[in-house]
Amino acid sequence: MSGIITTEYIREKYLRRLPTAFCPGCGDGQILGALIRAIEQLNIPKNEIVTVSGIGCSAWIPSPYLRIDSLHTTHGRPIAFATGVKAANPKLKVIVVTGDGDAVGIGGNHLLHAARTNIGLTVIMVNNAVYAMTGGQVAPTTPHEAKTSTTPYGNPAFNLNVSEVVAAAGASYVARWTTWHINRLIESIKKAMNKKGFSFIEVISQCPTYGGRLLNMDHIEMLHYFRDNFRENADGMFRIGEFVDVEKPELTDELEKLIMKVKS
Amino acid sequence: MPFTVKDIMIKKDLCKGCGICIDVCPRNVLTGSDEINEYGLYYPMVSDLKRCIVCRLCELYCPDFAVEVHV
Repeated sequence: MSGIITTEYIREKYLRRLPTAFCPGCGDGQILGALIRAIEQLNIPKNEIVTVSGIGCSAWIPSPYLRIDSLHTTHGRPIAFATGVKAANPKLKVIVVTGDGDAVGIGGNHLLHAARTNIGLTVIMVNNAVYAMTGGQVAPTTPHEAKTSTTPYGNPAFNLNVSEVVAAAGASYVARWTTWHINRLIESIKKAMNKKGFSFIEVISQCPTYGGRLLNMDHIEMLHYFRDNFRENADGMFRIGEFVDVEKPELTDELEKLIMKVKS
Repeated sequence: MPFTVKDIMIKKDLCKGCGICIDVCPRNVLTGSDEINEYGLYYPMVSDLKRCIVCRLCELYCPDFAVEVHV
């Protein structure tokens, strides 16, 4: 850790206005803090970063609060917009902050193809297992037999293990953390931002309003659940840590090479 | 590191009373208070400042940037 980053400093340098619109105890604020601390520790100038977000609770993490250029785009398409930003100016560090409904439910195809082409984006996917902004409907990441507003007797379907899907699609960095593992999440975001190719971080987060009400848990019980159940040697959804960490040719570099080859 | 804490400040206008800082504190420095802030929420209070070891977990875990640890 390089120096101590105080809350006062963060509020002055990185935040536009407070308080945030998140519910009390929401993990989105913790992820915003982790993102800010990672950017500060890497010491990247603010004009070299672009944040892109879609629609959802998690899309509010960068868009009104972070004092960094941000695009607040249509539902499910932040990765498509971010691909455009990166292709137009490959020198920029493009961070996509998106939710599970946004990245997997609506824009799953964009996520798969961004991982396949290995374009140099950093995607932080906040996974709270429901569509929280619209009233707690069932999402592709809702676990089997979990109660939501549209599945009051339990979810009959099974959830998607997003990190393993993205790893199989060919991303160069894939990791999963929870909001309990903040320090390791900060280290992971730093590593992902330094990665050339497509890097994907899934953050399991608590939703005290919709997830918690239907599970009869408050946000502190959910944090304790993350602490007690998520392990690096566990199976399935309970596995945290780095899934993939490889070096692969990146799309904008390959495009540059192609342009030089065609010109000469 | 030779840090001794001077003050732990909780911004009453930012705190939403979620209680995560009280839960993560390993030395039980913070406790819930009986007073309410302008939103009608119970914000945390410093009960025993001498026990603080400046781990800054309360700053790190606070979702609303409301806790300041001054050294």
